[in-house]
Amino acid sequence: MAERKVIGKPVRKVDGIPLATGQPVFTLDVDLPGAAVGKVLHSPHAHAEIVRIDTSRAEELPGVLCVLHHGNVPRIPYTTAGQGWPEPSPYDSFLFDRKVRFVGDRVAAVAAESEEIADEALRLIEVEYRVLPAVLDPEGATAPGAPVIHDEEDARGIHDPQRNIAAAIDIRVGEIERGFSESDVVVETTCEFPYVQHVPLEPHCVIAYLDEEDRLVIRTSTQVPFHVRRIVARALGLPLSRIRVIKPRIGGGFGTKQEIILEDVAAALALRTRRPVVMKYTREEEFVAARTRHPMKVRVKLGAKKDGKLHAIEMDVLSNTGAYGTHSLTVLSNVGSKTLPLYNKAPHIWFHGKAVYTNLPVAGAYRGYGATQGYFALEVAIDELAEKLGIDPLELRLKNHIRAGETSPIFEKIGEGREGKAQVIRSCALEECIREGAKRIGWSEKRGKRLRDGPWVHGVGMAIAMQGSGITDIDMGAATIMMNEDGTFRLLVGATDLGTGSDTILAQIAAETLGVPVEAISVYSSDTDFTPFDTGAYASSTTYVSGNAVLLAARKVREEILRVASGILGEPPGELELRDGRVVSTRTGKGVPFAEVGHRAMYVTDQRHIIASASFVPPESPPPFAAFFAEVAVDVETGRVRVVKFVGVADCGTPIHPRLAEGQLEGAIVQGIGHALYEEMLLSKRGGVRNPNLFDYRIPTAADVPDIEVVLIPSEEPTGPYGAKSIAEVGINGPAPAIANAIYDAVGVRLYRIPFTPDRVLSGICSPAVLK
Amino acid sequence: MMKIYFELNGEPVYTEIKPGEMLLDLLRRLGMKSVKEGCRTGECGACTVLLDGKPIRSCLTFAAKAKGHRITTLEGLGTPEDPHPLQEAFLEAGAVQCGFCTPGMILVAYHLLSHNPDPSPDEVRAAISGNLCRCTGYVKIVDAVLTAARWKREGKWRKER
Repeated sequence: MAERKVIGKPVRKVDGIPLATGQPVFTLDVDLPGAAVGKVLHSPHAHAEIVRIDTSRAEELPGVLCVLHHGNVPRIPYTTAGQGWPEPSPYDSFLFDRKVRFVGDRVAAVAAESEEIADEALRLIEVEYRVLPAVLDPEGATAPGAPVIHDEEDARGIHDPQRNIAAAIDIRVGEIERGFSESDVVVETTCEFPYVQHVPLEPHCVIAYLDEEDRLVIRTSTQVPFHVRRIVARALGLPLSRIRVIKPRIGGGFGTKQEIILEDVAAALALRTRRPVVMKYTREEEFVAARTRHPMKVRVKLGAKKDGKLHAIEMDVLSNTGAYGTHSLTVLSNVGSKTLPLYNKAPHIWFHGKAVYTNLPVAGAYRGYGATQGYFALEVAIDELAEKLGIDPLELRLKNHIRAGETSPIFEKIGEGREGKAQVIRSCALEECIREGAKRIGWSEKRGKRLRDGPWVHGVGMAIAMQGSGITDIDMGAATIMMNEDGTFRLLVGATDLGTGSDTILAQIAAETLGVPVEAISVYSSDTDFTPFDTGAYASSTTYVSGNAVLLAARKVREEILRVASGILGEPPGELELRDGRVVSTRTGKGVPFAEVGHRAMYVTDQRHIIASASFVPPESPPPFAAFFAEVAVDVETGRVRVVKFVGVADCGTPIHPRLAEGQLEGAIVQGIGHALYEEMLLSKRGGVRNPNLFDYRIPTAADVPDIEVVLIPSEEPTGPYGAKSIAEVGINGPAPAIANAIYDAVGVRLYRIPFTPDRVLSGICSPAVLK
Repeated sequence: MMKIYFELNGEPVYTEIKPGEMLLDLLRRLGMKSVKEGCRTGECGACTVLLDGKPIRSCLTFAAKAKGHRITTLEGLGTPEDPHPLQEAFLEAGAVQCGFCTPGMILVAYHLLSHNPDPSPDEVRAAISGNLCRCTGYVKIVDAVLTAARWKREGKWRKER
């Protein structure tokens, strides 16, 4: 392998200086003259019909520009989920509807000269509701006689609207009953994941305006600019060509910005008023009206032979999608498709479940995307199985996990809302990850020892996980690279850097291929008018999918450069190579700088712009793998759990930028620790969010974070750009089960519901089974 | 309407403020877009600025409070042409992911290092614990502050403005 000059090196983030010096690079950092403020009126009821809406008093208020509601906008069904095509989520949303389906649902929107006036206008809108019985418990959603949440006739793609089932899945491999009857040991576990939220520091925000050509420009904090364009076009009945979506720097997303939350309303207000309209959600609105992870109950039943070989796996999922079915089918599918292949030795598998509507906050995409909920249950069940078998849980995992050269029938059975595609694992360093993590946490010294330190009892636990790299045969990334006459390059990508550093990764891939430093590549990303298409930043796709597109485009540009240089040097292209910003003859050592190549092509001989585009659709989705180890201390007097140390070891193929990759892993782990120990959206009896602020919904602070050690164990993924796979999501799958298993190791208490709050831990400690 | 005088990043400012206007809104109105709004209720720390060198939440502080005081925003610490060592350290350590919490984090770190040039990792964690970050898990932010502290002790910080 040729020595790599840029790949694997800690180059400076291409957008680092503007971010670190606080330049105005985020959505709301520009001031447009004459901008109006848009605000949303939210439903106070979980389920109600709007009998009458009177906006006259609001409209009479000086400074109010317009009020939109179901009575004065077109009624077009669509989904707010920013996904590929065909859209797998049901069309069950409208710009405004005659009915509200959760506390926080959209009733109306106002554009006004100022925020104060807009707020006042919202108060002046008179709405008469006929309150309907609500579904506030996912278990009861499908019961006969339960209120029907989506009874509108024009919704489409709902699995069974009469029974409130947004989506369902049933996948069988082998014969599950035989599998369990042939097993020597069987365990069954049900784990619950509550409502948790992404909490990017920057809430959803957008500016929509008409440009000088009367085209609609949407500057928005999104992970999916091209899907925003397509969905807003549909929702407002506009030609797609009239819309331009610009994604500036994004203040975090984690999936919540894979959703059209404000863009449709802001666009409608801008079109109606012909004024720029600025909209932003408050933190409270984020909690009440944005998106959450799908709360789930996952039941896992495992059967194994005496020697520890897994023989049968059943996974049964009840997913709560809330009032709308956004991502309902695909998140549900992922609960199985991203977990079951990890234990590919079991010949008998039954994966089934449903996503139900409730009159509760709307779930959507969230880092991990169902896998996180699935792994919590699966990895706790594996721990229980190990105990019952009398095998070290680490050994049990080593005995059963998938390896390079192997496959799983699940790859073919479950895809993105449809059947999947067979694939063979080409790179897997999971075994090394497990062994390295065990060493770093001190597995054999600490496991089962219950070391005490006053009231604190220590324990260690582990979990393993995989994810994917993009969505097979659906995702698409495209890139254009053009050479400037000074020998530098412009890289245009539709890919969406939401803080992950993907612009930098993509620049590195281009730079390595073209034989220049990263500084010679300037990146422009995510502008539907000026960059090629990309499905967007989700499903751990950008490095692998968009990265491959950049690699292909860079190779084409390299060919062009060689052709021009061949004319200058008088040598055949086959004997030339790109090195340090020059084209050099491998035979004579004579060379020509890129600047000369670029200048000649643009101005002198056989004039042309050296420019190339390429697209990439992933024919497979190579999983990154990770092993997680937690050491916890449990205060047996108060039930408090402290994570003392957390080790995450991942195989993301070749890390293009190890420091950025570590950052993804660390960030995902800390979000996962937050889920495990602190985070839960509490709901009132009427379905409202009781803790819609960051005092009462606690995410980890720097003072909460334990000693975290992350390690990357490289593997070479042959289908990845320079051997790379993904890293963004896999890290969030491990903390909850690893911590749960560590708590069990410490105090013998099994926790099946997160967060592991002191009261839950304490009541476990005080239970008769544990006390004896 | 009333007019107030204060010092913003070393420059005198004499400006009108609206009744009840918060410092966050005034500063953004004056073009200091590094001052971020993440919650408006003092929970996240993204709007942190320095008042006479001490970190405050500008979303909870009335603009009128700035009267006669020195306000420092991230723009006052360094520029793209001439970044502050703390800004360099944040980039070198990989402490900037989305960058939305970065202005507040750097200002809090700046305050910490102004009175404690050799903080322990726990002291750094305590100092930044009022500023939320959802991207990094704080690991590399702590690294960055420790690196900047070392540079400061080694005399590598240029003369303060």
